[in-house]
Amino acid sequence: MLPHILPKENFDDFVAWLMTQGRVAAPVAKAPNFSFDVLVDKDDIARIRMDYDVTILPPKKYLLPSYETLLDFNGPAPENVRAEIDARPTVLLGVHPYDLHGLQTTVAAFSQDPADASVLARRKATRVIGLNIASYANDEQFMADMGTVDPPDGVADLFLTDIGDRYFVEIGTEAGSEMRRACDCFRPAGPEDHRARQEYDERKAANFKKRLPYHVRYLPELLEASYDSLLWDAVARRCFSCGTCTNVCPTCYCFDVHDNLNIDAASGVRERMWDSCQLEVFAEVAGGENFREQTASRLRHRMFRKGKYILERTGKPGCVGCGRCSVHCVANISILEAFQQIAGEAAEMHAT
Amino acid sequence: MTQAMAQPPAETSPYLPRVGRIDEVRQFTETDKYFRLSFADGQGIRFLPGQFLEVSVFGIGEAPISLCSAPGDQAGVEMCIRRIGDVTGALHNLEAGATVGLRGPFGNGFDMDEAAGKDLLFVAGGLGLAPCRGFILDALNRRDEFRRVTILYGARTPSDLLFADDLKQWDQRDDCDFHVTVDRGDENWTGNTGVITTLFKKMPKLEPANTVAFIIGPPIMFKFAVLEALAMGLRKNQIYCSLERRMKCGLGKCGHCQIRNVYVCQEGPIFSYAEVMRLREGI
Repeated sequence: MLPHILPKENFDDFVAWLMTQGRVAAPVAKAPNFSFDVLVDKDDIARIRMDYDVTILPPKKYLLPSYETLLDFNGPAPENVRAEIDARPTVLLGVHPYDLHGLQTTVAAFSQDPADASVLARRKATRVIGLNIASYANDEQFMADMGTVDPPDGVADLFLTDIGDRYFVEIGTEAGSEMRRACDCFRPAGPEDHRARQEYDERKAANFKKRLPYHVRYLPELLEASYDSLLWDAVARRCFSCGTCTNVCPTCYCFDVHDNLNIDAASGVRERMWDSCQLEVFAEVAGGENFREQTASRLRHRMFRKGKYILERTGKPGCVGCGRCSVHCVANISILEAFQQIAGEAAEMHAT
Repeated sequence: MTQAMAQPPAETSPYLPRVGRIDEVRQFTETDKYFRLSFADGQGIRFLPGQFLEVSVFGIGEAPISLCSAPGDQAGVEMCIRRIGDVTGALHNLEAGATVGLRGPFGNGFDMDEAAGKDLLFVAGGLGLAPCRGFILDALNRRDEFRRVTILYGARTPSDLLFADDLKQWDQRDDCDFHVTVDRGDENWTGNTGVITTLFKKMPKLEPANTVAFIIGPPIMFKFAVLEALAMGLRKNQIYCSLERRMKCGLGKCGHCQIRNVYVCQEGPIFSYAEVMRLREGI
């Protein structure tokens, strides 16, 4: 499908049209950061910040909400329990490539048999408008290593690249093609537009330097070789086990389920909510045995999930290199730094 | 996209349980109760030994409980439940006739066909007898498919012994060798006293290369029983155990039961000792 052009003067009309298709979530300022927020009305279009660097939370929250009702019940007995799936038509606008990869990983994890009906229903009801980036937002990002500076195939229905007074629009899916046809804000791309898009890529390639001292294909094996390294204990001495890192992660999807009673103390809802493998009680069983009691074992588990386990299970990156976990860590624990250090650790472990 | 997406039928939610009716409750010990349940939809269930169900009391929550009855196509299930948390506490307050939510079966379980023609050694410690009983009943129901069958069972005290009727039956059968011990006896106890590994000396000699062992109990018991089994010459991939973890969703998603890259609720809880060693964080 040939690319099109969305002139910036048509951007507000484009978003207004999107709002007729479902709720629209877009990047807005949340000083001093940015966040994806649902636009309430057309006045909100002015709040959209397509120039954002990185949001606090990834758009994963629209596929896997921090809280969600799974079941409705009337009392302790299981009769008349109703399953609930909230899958409102939604448009995610302005999603950067690393977050497109994050969405893809989330969907891959929940597609594995037995599949999760809620997440998949929401994905089906969601349209995604991607947005290109030409440089890192901070020193903790390493998308060039993780292969996430460019969008994955088939995730964004439309993918926008800012080329001055207009967006270069690539059409990624059949649904994207329909959107392009249904909305009259676009025109076909001409030679000038193509050239501008090429120049953008050249600028982008120059900006995205790799930050790991090895090729990412060795990351899973380097982690495995560093399993017994004291690095995890050393880093864990700073860790507060607060779970911020997993909360802001585009590919973390661990959750808890609990029952929330209404005021009648009989009816209520069974809810799913985000959980964190970094919290001390995460792997504790009834009776008190805790299978990841040490902070270091939990921290290592997260690093292995990010660099190895999720990739091995889903074939999609378990870390997209967005840097959020490191930027928001109150103890300044950096996943980039850890991934950099394991090369040396692995070599040392191997030498002895 | 121009119209609201059709919602998939909510019945497809893997979190929606079936209705299970409690047909019988028996107090086994001060903390352990036996439950026999059937399904209100009359559809029955098919399961393997070692599999488990997620049991719901709405308003309290859901807990993974291993199946302890004979596997296969069954109208209902049996479970032995220790009162140890909120959900199990609520289950202990229920009587025959009450209903609970049941999801499953979950987990890999173990197909006893794989052990056909072999000597079988069952080593159960404490509440571990509950999951182990499914294996034992399956073996005894198909007795002629296996060679020698040996059952070792250890509990803390005589009043902690579970499944008294089964124990008596296994003791009386002449086609299986059954030994029981308690850590501490009481004035009426005339049987073995000591930890479960002391029973290894009392059992008849098995053919180690042709024996499959199922060692199910607390981690500390597993460690010592495995040493005994290895000393006997059993192979690492012929010793099986059931790993306890916090299996919250049963669907290999929520992460609570994860050991390294293995979701115990899907790929376990039955692992060979060789697999447990590879996992490193297993026991």
